[in-house]
Amino acid sequence: MLSIPWLTLLIVWPCVAALSLWLIPALRHQGRQTAIAWSLVELVLAIGTTVAWCSDTGNVRLAFRADWIPQFGVSYAVGLTGTGLVMVLLSTVLVPIVLLAAWNEQKTPRRSTHYAALVLALEAFMVAVFCARDVFFFYVLFEAMLIPVYFLIGSFGGEGRKKAALKFLIYSLVGGLVMLAGVIGLWSQARVRASLFADSALVGLGSTRVFSLDWLTAGGVAVIPTMNPTPERLIFLSFFIAFAIKAPLFPLHTWLPDAAHAARPGTSVLLVGVLDKVGTFGMMALCLELFPGAARWAAPVIIPFAVVSVLWGGIMAIAEKDILRMIAYTSISHFGFIVLGIFAFTSTAHIGASFYMVNHGLSTGALFLAAGFLIQRRGTGEIDAMGPGLQRTVPVLAGTFLAVGLSAIALPGFSTFISEFNVIAGSFATRPWEAGIAALGVVLAALYILLAYQKIFTGPPREDLAGTRDLSGRERWVIGPLIAAMLALGFFPAPALNALRPDAVATVEHIQGPAGSWEGSGQ
Amino acid sequence: MGVTPESLMGLVIVLPLASAALLLLAGRAADRWGHLLGVFAPAASLLVALVGLVSVLGRDAADRVIDVHLFDWIDTGGFSLAAGLRVDPLSLSFVALVTFVGTLIHVYSVAYMAKDPDRRRFFAYLNLFVAAMLLLVLADSYLLLFVGWEGVGLASYLLIGFWNDRPDYALAAKKAFIANRIGDVGLILAMAFMLKQTGGLTFAEVLGKAPDLSESWALGIGLALLLAACGKSAQFPLQSWLGDAMAGPTPVSALIHAATMVTAGVYLIVRSGPLYAATEGARLAVAIVGAITLLFGAIVGSAKDDMKKVLAASTMSQIGYMMLAAGLGPIGAAFAILHLLTHGFFKAGLFLGAGSVMHAMNDGVNIRRMGGLAGVMKVTWATFMMGWLAILGIPPFAGFWSKDKIIETAFIGEGWQPWVLGTIALLGAGITAFYMSRLFFSVFHGKARWDADLHPHESSRLMTWPMAVLALGSVCLGWVLALVGFTTWLEPSIGHAEEAAPVLAAPIITAATLLLVVAGAAAAWRLFAVREVAVLPPAAGPVVRAVRADFHQDSVNDLVLVKPGQALATGVALTDTYAVDGAVRGVGWLTIGVGRVVRLAHNGNVRSYAAIMTVGVMVLVAIVFAGGL
Repeated sequence: MLSIPWLTLLIVWPCVAALSLWLIPALRHQGRQTAIAWSLVELVLAIGTTVAWCSDTGNVRLAFRADWIPQFGVSYAVGLTGTGLVMVLLSTVLVPIVLLAAWNEQKTPRRSTHYAALVLALEAFMVAVFCARDVFFFYVLFEAMLIPVYFLIGSFGGEGRKKAALKFLIYSLVGGLVMLAGVIGLWSQARVRASLFADSALVGLGSTRVFSLDWLTAGGVAVIPTMNPTPERLIFLSFFIAFAIKAPLFPLHTWLPDAAHAARPGTSVLLVGVLDKVGTFGMMALCLELFPGAARWAAPVIIPFAVVSVLWGGIMAIAEKDILRMIAYTSISHFGFIVLGIFAFTSTAHIGASFYMVNHGLSTGALFLAAGFLIQRRGTGEIDAMGPGLQRTVPVLAGTFLAVGLSAIALPGFSTFISEFNVIAGSFATRPWEAGIAALGVVLAALYILLAYQKIFTGPPREDLAGTRDLSGRERWVIGPLIAAMLALGFFPAPALNALRPDAVATVEHIQGPAGSWEGSGQ
Repeated sequence: MGVTPESLMGLVIVLPLASAALLLLAGRAADRWGHLLGVFAPAASLLVALVGLVSVLGRDAADRVIDVHLFDWIDTGGFSLAAGLRVDPLSLSFVALVTFVGTLIHVYSVAYMAKDPDRRRFFAYLNLFVAAMLLLVLADSYLLLFVGWEGVGLASYLLIGFWNDRPDYALAAKKAFIANRIGDVGLILAMAFMLKQTGGLTFAEVLGKAPDLSESWALGIGLALLLAACGKSAQFPLQSWLGDAMAGPTPVSALIHAATMVTAGVYLIVRSGPLYAATEGARLAVAIVGAITLLFGAIVGSAKDDMKKVLAASTMSQIGYMMLAAGLGPIGAAFAILHLLTHGFFKAGLFLGAGSVMHAMNDGVNIRRMGGLAGVMKVTWATFMMGWLAILGIPPFAGFWSKDKIIETAFIGEGWQPWVLGTIALLGAGITAFYMSRLFFSVFHGKARWDADLHPHESSRLMTWPMAVLALGSVCLGWVLALVGFTTWLEPSIGHAEEAAPVLAAPIITAATLLLVVAGAAAAWRLFAVREVAVLPPAAGPVVRAVRADFHQDSVNDLVLVKPGQALATGVALTDTYAVDGAVRGVGWLTIGVGRVVRLAHNGNVRSYAAIMTVGVMVLVAIVFAGGL
């Protein structure tokens, strides 16, 4: 039976879509419409992929591999874990929304088209990185993603965009280089170890696919655990630092507020909602899978940084005066929770962290969009200058902002609550003190959202703002689906959790040995 | 499986939830009929609830606890949890209270909010509250309870800030939410403890394993739950939000901040009874928090001139009684719930009466500018009087049957505890009589002190009828519930209590209570009905000034939480900008400097970056290889 190469289609289509916008003049005039249509095709492909994924078996599904640079053991290897699948779905859902949100942001059709094409190009990289099953391929995508983002911030951003884009680029490049060192180290280690097993059948494969994740973790499981702990730890660290810059962890976070402030809110949706998740995704898929011993070794140091991130981001968000920067800081707090969940090594915390990645994408995405609507109306992002009293003038926008804000603070009923609770309660089993301290983030969260709401929306309405328009139909369609999705997943999270659970259980077993003996039950 | 009455209980929650969603989504289009739907939803819930209640009423004790499975909710691989309801005497008592009093207050609000352009939104929030509150009391696990728990907090936030164009009202709403959230951290931690120690979150799992918990874990969970209860129920030290919450429209104060939501903390403690049975320390902490708050509220209530704030302080104090009782174990828990029900009726009635007076006074709330209203508002006066007699605990009014029992139970025990707790409860009764009589006489008796251009009038029937029904409850609910053996009926939910004798004979306690109540009321009569009430608060010594300022609770919070918090935020912000970001920039400059030295080629940023990076990579690779080979 000829099977459809779903993942390759999923990766290639947005590339083709982006190129078509750049190259075909006829499409360029209808750039916005075409881009949305193309992104919807991609969404349909993603849904098809999901259906196919469900009927496949194993932890990594729909896998495909072809030699790329066999001399170095590099292959084009794709495959989807449950975590990868939900991240692909998140990306493909957010892109059409972002394109619709940017409908009339650009002055000329030419610029609109250019923006949309960049977003589609970015989508291709995002989807590919969540599918990648080859460390080198992953690394290339990890770096290549920077290009569209750099231009999205640098050419289409607001005030201070050049500087912010450069700061983003430098941080990311440094992270990428540190990771490159790790990639090279991994290569040399894997080669050396593989040669020790000269009589095994693995060598024949190993020489051409030492970077394949499946070889490294499954066939090569004999390779990694016998590694000398020192290089294993160093390689782990090089990957971890790169990911900790991407999903900014204290103290590597200061690029994010600048980038979010300068970028278009739509860009920030993808930047913070999806792109930064490549960092936490990488921690799960690479750091934990390849270096379980080093992960155990590093966790006691990483977790305090995660907890500091939770509180630091929360406090900074309270003190912040600009709404976009504020949202960026809330995300730093949320990334702290995710990292805490990843390195707590219980399946509850792990599934909490992976579900958090999806929910944070939806919630923070919606928050950036709502902030974008506000800024468009008020011409400023200063929290103190936007209000007061807008609730009386634009009640729908006010209600939307509040609903989205409440999802960001993990109010029960929203899916964000389930992930945050699982992270806290799941981490408590192994790291009671750190989890307990991180739980204080719950109070900080309420403060930063309600303070902003209070300053912008409550108080006596200003007469000069009486003519401010409320949300248009288009804007409601942009943000409504996100809120609906969070509510639906809040009450019925089972589909997402079912997809994520095998990864969580397998990863924790990989690290801790069979789960259940020590987690959950006190006996 | 056929449709059983208990399986319908999900509908009780869904009806008001659907109504709330519809009212919010329909927007202005629903303005004309929104309030009708808003009243219909809780009324329909009430009907369904009655069906469930009747079906459980006559059953044997063993059959009175029914767990209803709704759907599989969360499965993490570490634990799995279904969303389900626990239908038992305890939850049904709450459901009956919430839907019945809730429906009455919805009816009242139709008239009370008639002139407000946002009445539809008001009803949407009120429906949302009812749905969340019902979820809170019907949930069969702590996690699902928590959904309702924060849901009522949200509804409370929205309704306190309903008129948030006034900055102080918006502030009050935020304050309430934050205080609640501090408590919520307690509940989250309690659930984390439970999950670690029992592996589950349903009441059946947690409470079933409670006897096996170690003393310290039971204590930890008990105290964490107490923190949650303090936030929700405005108990010491998280009490400061309730007075400010009176910013909400009066029906909100009646329903949320008197009859139902604020009693959720008591529900939580009583529901977790088997857990507290395993930890003497946490139980005593609950009783002490209750005792402190009951005195605190009563004393503060004696010095307030704002009618609603007197009632708020009173609510705090009465919930203190309930907490005290809940901390005494199963024997007190039954009376805690009994008092919760009677209080729900008479306090809601008192608040609705206050709302009626506010309408007559053009929204004035200062009791020093009232007086003599008994003549012009006969129905309000009569219904308010029933509530007043009920809270005083005069037999046979409702409060007597519940509060007197709590005082009696407080005297049970050994050592110092019964004497201290019992005396506080007894004293509280006297102070309650004083402040409530002060309120009643200042508003309805004595000389009229309102402005001449006010023309007080009785409220419309939509408002007076609910007040009358609640007044009927204030008169009858106590002895009716005593007659039908309510506390015995509750036993499957809260456990059986061994009979125990108080350290003083029960008739002596009752007599002493009544004596103190009469003394308190008589003192108030002399000061606020016979003697003329000053329109401005008279000058007072430091003690009275402190009481008027709620024992400076806000200054204390300011000093302990707000100021250090602000300082911390400023410090963190400075560190973030100058130290964290600065360090990174410093490293950047440093490497660029090094890059300038190292580089061989031309100028230009990109190249120097490339140079730095090449060097960096080489260094790192060297480290890796050196370590590995």
